[in-house]
Amino acid sequence: VFPLEILTATTELNELAARNMQALSLGFHIILVPFAITFPAIMLFTEWLHYRTGDPVYRTIARRWSHAMLVVFAVGAVSGTILSFEFGILWPGWFDQFGDVFGLAFTLEGAAFFIEAIFIAIYLYSWDRLPPKKHMLVGIPIVIAGQLAALLVIAVNGWMNSPTGFDEINGVITNIAPWQAIFGNTTIWIEFVHMLLAAYMVAGFVTAAIYAGAWLRGKRDRYHRIAFVIPFTLAALVTPVQLIVGDVLGQYVARDQPVKLAAMEGLQETTKGAPLNLLGYYNEGTGEIEGGLTIPDGLSLIAFHDPDAEVAGLDTVPEADRPPVNIVRYSFQFMVGIGTGLMALALWYAFMVWRKKRLPSSRLFYWAAIAAAPGVVLAMLLGWIVTEVGRQPWIVYEVLRTKDAVTQSDGIIWLGGALAIVYVALAIGTIYALRRLAARPIDIAGQAGATVDAGRCDEDEG
Amino acid sequence: VDVAAAVLVLIGICAYAVFGGADFGGGFWDLFAGGAKRGARTRALIERSTGPVWEPNHIWLIFVFVITWTAFPPAFAAVGTTLYVAVFVAGVGIIFRGGAFAFRESVTGIMQRRIFGVIYASSSIITPFFFGAIVGAVASGEVPAGGDPDSPFSSWLGLTSILGGVMAVVVTAYLGAAYLAADADRSGESELASHFRVRAMAAGVAAGIVAIAGIFVLKGNAETLYDGLTAARGLPFVILSAIAGIGALALLWRRRLQLARLSGAAAVVFVIVGWGFAQFPWILVDTLKISDAAGATVTLVSVVATVAVALLILIPALVYLYRLMLRGVFDTPLEEGWERGEGDLAEAPQHAITTWALPLPKRAMVIAVGLLAAGVILLEAWGGPANVTFWIGILAFVVYLVFALGSNLSPERLGEDGPDWNAPDS
Repeated sequence: VFPLEILTATTELNELAARNMQALSLGFHIILVPFAITFPAIMLFTEWLHYRTGDPVYRTIARRWSHAMLVVFAVGAVSGTILSFEFGILWPGWFDQFGDVFGLAFTLEGAAFFIEAIFIAIYLYSWDRLPPKKHMLVGIPIVIAGQLAALLVIAVNGWMNSPTGFDEINGVITNIAPWQAIFGNTTIWIEFVHMLLAAYMVAGFVTAAIYAGAWLRGKRDRYHRIAFVIPFTLAALVTPVQLIVGDVLGQYVARDQPVKLAAMEGLQETTKGAPLNLLGYYNEGTGEIEGGLTIPDGLSLIAFHDPDAEVAGLDTVPEADRPPVNIVRYSFQFMVGIGTGLMALALWYAFMVWRKKRLPSSRLFYWAAIAAAPGVVLAMLLGWIVTEVGRQPWIVYEVLRTKDAVTQSDGIIWLGGALAIVYVALAIGTIYALRRLAARPIDIAGQAGATVDAGRCDEDEG
Repeated sequence: VDVAAAVLVLIGICAYAVFGGADFGGGFWDLFAGGAKRGARTRALIERSTGPVWEPNHIWLIFVFVITWTAFPPAFAAVGTTLYVAVFVAGVGIIFRGGAFAFRESVTGIMQRRIFGVIYASSSIITPFFFGAIVGAVASGEVPAGGDPDSPFSSWLGLTSILGGVMAVVVTAYLGAAYLAADADRSGESELASHFRVRAMAAGVAAGIVAIAGIFVLKGNAETLYDGLTAARGLPFVILSAIAGIGALALLWRRRLQLARLSGAAAVVFVIVGWGFAQFPWILVDTLKISDAAGATVTLVSVVATVAVALLILIPALVYLYRLMLRGVFDTPLEEGWERGEGDLAEAPQHAITTWALPLPKRAMVIAVGLLAAGVILLEAWGGPANVTFWIGILAFVVYLVFALGSNLSPERLGEDGPDWNAPDS
């Protein structure tokens, strides 16, 4: 149906421009996502604390958070809309061939997101207008629909990583089974858990960082403490789970996408008892890791829980089918590194809270809590780089090449440039609006006309 | 089934036009509301009437997109390939409209509000223009099946596209004014109600003129559509639309603003449905038939069933939202500027303490740590991909989080008398 064979000379440039444009849009959007899918749960919990205890400080916090969420959700909604525009502009070859295989996930996601948008609107505008209990109940569909929407988007990505639910016979896609494609692909569930936990960590650490900054500036009253403790405790409790789930996801990758794993680890040759290399540099010419630290049998142990297991190397596929190793490898290593650092921070916090029975009083801790915000956002972005760049040159793993999916239209590079400028403006506007909201006076007595925290996105969108 | 899916797309477009369209119309009038002082109340009304509903209304657009690319993938690909510039500009318009609207709600300085306001308002005009142009391009056969990557501009600069764009802007302005008039009337702002009533009538007349001019444009440039609109399958809707439009004007004249809002929306719906019927069986006029664009039957059935079920949930939710809106639950006095949420409820709820709390065992944290360890062992030792152990491990983690959170963030722990969070600093 689509003239995929006619590849013009501009295709390569177009592919590069399209990939970067899509990466920019996804990268921008994904930073906001945690504040739409997991942050509402934190907010609702805080509102419940007020409902339970009658202490107005919780209500003030929840309410100011909700006003910031209004801004972030709006920006998230519009930056998500441009994604669906881009699917048509940039990847017509992908949708033309496979739209009816995986598209159902987006249809479901649209419905879930619709529910979320409706109830967010009601929730945000009905403080004081609905009875407290009803107002909380209105918040529950937000949490459920938001996480459901995340699952359905992940379903598409899981399908791209481990496509199923169709047969390709002589280049024709037949025997389409959309439900199998969405929920039957092997990656969806583990990837969803990994992303959901990441979203809780991002929402938690980033929100807490704002109040860590307040602590350092001497604002240590109950309002600021509570607003720090709730998101930080949540994020800290999630972190150890994330490390384990990430490790399990690595085993999935080893089984289902061995080339991606080989790129993550820079493993050139298929090896029994493969070593694990930390840092260093992958030399494209020799296929060796130069420098760094080598742990014998480490990779086999991690990927298959068996020191002698055979790990597939990059040499299992022709050179044209390999992803760029260094980007993927460094992204993976830094993601794991940041995760480990966050784990250390969580342990520090746990030690203080459980053993010393108080919040940390060291300034270093709060500086670290601030650093955790850009760190956790970066880790999430790096994780997406690993999964997306690590799948190249395929857009649908071993089924459709990215270059066969990209548009034939010229000038994508100009659109990408224009979009970059748009995002800069959007980021500036978002930060500015959040800062203005944060500047409104805090009125705990309850007439809370005022609103939220300092530039929630200060750290992440810069 | 392919026709059913196409009908869903049409329903989505109708809903987006009458709900989302009115929000764009609000932006149109925001631009022409005058200086910061004179336009303050007008803008306050626009903001109040748009704020709670624009995002849900916007989702209809997403609905149209996802159904199209799932049910009619080649049509979506062809539009994306051919009209990519117009689609891109509309997308950027969406970003600026929504972003600037939300930012303006959050700031108070006049200068800042002005800047965000101009961005919001002007993109409220640009965006519907480009959507109208896209529709015009499809309706006049400018989008070939398979897409045409080499006419990034000429494809949507035909007369029909320009007509579509202008029509979209005029119609949104009309809907916006009609809704705002009704909304002002509902909340007893009679001055603003007549302000928008006049504008609604003016925009309504303009829409009528554009529509009549459009007949001649279509005759020369989009024959398939013209034939469809004048033939038996399209004509009834054109006539119904005209009746509803004229009726809306009459109702506005007689100050029956609530009814005028409905009648105006009906006029728009009829014209869109008429367009859909007129171009049947084409999805891309003259180049791609609905039946040829349709994806796998099983997918179409799934999409139609999914959307049908989703609508069963969505429609009550939307009705709830609009009912709250129309009952004035979200209303704030316009004099307060744009400060949201100045409520008077501050008291602690009377039911405090007696409500349900998570019944956690005494040593919840110890159990939580045990569960965490169990989850680690389960997943690491036996939790191969997607087996039962994996799910048990995940379940252990979920329970761990519930216990750990419940124990560390319980009301008692966080309370003012709690030992931890209020200890003095060194």
